Amino acid sequence: MAENRVILEIKNLCKVYESKGTHVKALTDISLTVRQGETIGIVGESGCGKTTLGRCVVRGIEATSGEVLFHTEEDGVIDFLHATREQMKKYRRDIQMIFQDPYASLDPRMTVFDIISEPLRYNTTLNKREIEQAVDRIAEQVGLNKAFLRRYPHAFSGGQRQRIGIARSLILQPKVIVCDEAVSALDVSIQAQIINLLEDLQREYDLTYLFISHALSVVRHISDRVMVMYLGRMVEFGGTGELFSNPLHPYTKVLLCAAPQPDPDVAVDRIILEGEVPNPAAPPSGCHFHPRCAYKTERCEREVPPLVEREGRLVACWNCAACSGARS
Amino acid sequence: MENTKAAIVRTKAKEQKKQDKYYYASQWSLMLRKFRKHKLAMASTILLIFFYITAIFGGFVAPQGTEQYDGRYVNCGPTPVHWFHDGRFIGPFVYGLKTERDPETFMLMFAEDTEAVYRIRFFQPGSAYKLFGLIPSSIHLFQAEGDGAVFLFGTDGMGRDLFSRVVLGAQISLFIPVAGMLLTLVLGLFMGSLSGYFGGWVDTVIQRLVEVVRSFPQVPLWMALSAAIPKTLKPAQVFMLMTLILSLISWPDLSRVVRSKFISVKKEDYIMAARISGAPVNKVITRHMIPSFTSYIIVNMTMSIPGLIIGETTLSFLGLGLRSPATSWGVLLQETNKLETIMFYGWKLIPMLFVFLTVLAFNFMGDGLRDAADPYK
Repeated sequence: MAENRVILEIKNLCKVYESKGTHVKALTDISLTVRQGETIGIVGESGCGKTTLGRCVVRGIEATSGEVLFHTEEDGVIDFLHATREQMKKYRRDIQMIFQDPYASLDPRMTVFDIISEPLRYNTTLNKREIEQAVDRIAEQVGLNKAFLRRYPHAFSGGQRQRIGIARSLILQPKVIVCDEAVSALDVSIQAQIINLLEDLQREYDLTYLFISHALSVVRHISDRVMVMYLGRMVEFGGTGELFSNPLHPYTKVLLCAAPQPDPDVAVDRIILEGEVPNPAAPPSGCHFHPRCAYKTERCEREVPPLVEREGRLVACWNCAACSGARS
Repeated sequence: MENTKAAIVRTKAKEQKKQDKYYYASQWSLMLRKFRKHKLAMASTILLIFFYITAIFGGFVAPQGTEQYDGRYVNCGPTPVHWFHDGRFIGPFVYGLKTERDPETFMLMFAEDTEAVYRIRFFQPGSAYKLFGLIPSSIHLFQAEGDGAVFLFGTDGMGRDLFSRVVLGAQISLFIPVAGMLLTLVLGLFMGSLSGYFGGWVDTVIQRLVEVVRSFPQVPLWMALSAAIPKTLKPAQVFMLMTLILSLISWPDLSRVVRSKFISVKKEDYIMAARISGAPVNKVITRHMIPSFTSYIIVNMTMSIPGLIIGETTLSFLGLGLRSPATSWGVLLQETNKLETIMFYGWKLIPMLFVFLTVLAFNFMGDGLRDAADPYK
């Protein structure tokens, strides 16, 4: 994995929502380097900014500041967020997204064929026949019956709809796909099918995934590296294996042990978090996690911990040496 | 046994076909299917179609033109149409009319002269008119032969056939609201989408304007605007101005609907999906946003027509809209503003029945459309 070239660099990405004098920092200084062909898992509880991050990367919403550097083969590095019109026209297709809700993300007034082929109309000059062939090919790949392409989305189940959404994102043959909770709305058995499909497609096209999810088991299964977010900040980032087996940040620990275990007989040594997620409009001083943290010191209340490299990972905690010692 | 099997297979095939039809159904066909089930709405629609077709072919259906009158038959009640004369079937005919004085009130009364038989002739030439205002013609659907007079709804104070005037008045009364609605649509869609798509100060300015317009009391405002119409204008010009007045007052409601739809649709995932896949702004609006609320707009427009019909009728009734000999249902009702009219000439209220039926039919149709507009419920 390490020898693969860098395809995407997210640098100091910030997103602030403003409304009537209150500022909500949905994303604060997110930086991330993604290599071609890998899957980055992005986890965190609701409201931590996972979805905002994904949408900022694909420019579904505009980030307040920061850069998303896309490494192209022909034109070198371009900043996706501040790209010129021509650059956007050429490279928009390379970064696509799979949506969480397979019901809301398909226009109910268009046939499946129109939905899947729509991106082709805006980004290519294919004629009708070529478009039909492309749609047929992609439909087969994602496991949709060609005979159903003239139907409307209301005729499909959730899993089938998600396949339609995947087909739509794939038809432009993108390099990077942001999967925003791509399987969360589906049944567990369907989840497995879709995950396998995503993995197959990744192998075939050398795709890079930003896999946003709150389902830790899924993230653990599919990701090469995992980023943990809390209240718009990255708190820990590292290889999936190490991060899951030996979490360094106290929040990561709490998050991991909150994941349900499939075997009821395995006793889980749960850490029960106290308090609520703080109001992101008025976040706590210092480390955002300190009001709920078992290892907090006075310093945590005053200063924001920087991301530092530790055991080959990035961690934002003043005391992670102490807390990892205390746990193991 | 074989038969039952075959029957089961057939039913299954039938069900499959039905299901397929549902799966391949577009939003519009789902809507239509649901609408068809709404009996009252269907009946109303058929009635409205009938009214509109009659109005379009008004010159042909009406035995008299707007300018015609007959001094002999002033304030004559509806003439009954008979089929049997002396016990023999001779087809539809009317008797001649003779005038008498009421011995107590000395009012002029009309009585049937059973000696004079005038048959009703169909598709015969009569007074000249222009079909659709373009094609000169003189063929009428029906009229009495010779000197006979057939007044299905009676006549007015100048001896004009009320049935003809109701039919010809429908041309104004049914089409001003539609024209007004179309103008309202253009205004409302434009202002609403500006407001909803851009938001910010554009939204604020437009919404305050909407509130100002809405806070005027409607009837006095109509009256003021209509009173400003010069009396020398041709009926066609008055028609245009009235349309303009009606829509100037009714666009705010539609613009609010459009605005709220824009705001809610803007946040839908599929809009973002379209943007991410590279759709330019105009394509996002025309391919995804407007189709998503077309049905609501149609419903809203249908529901707004009754208001416009009442508006036109009110203005004309108050003498502020069209004036005789140009006619509309409101103009016809002007004659009923005296108590004696209602006492002695009850048939002059017939135009009101048509206003009532049309408004009711539009409301029912709107109801049906609204129920049908949400196909996934």
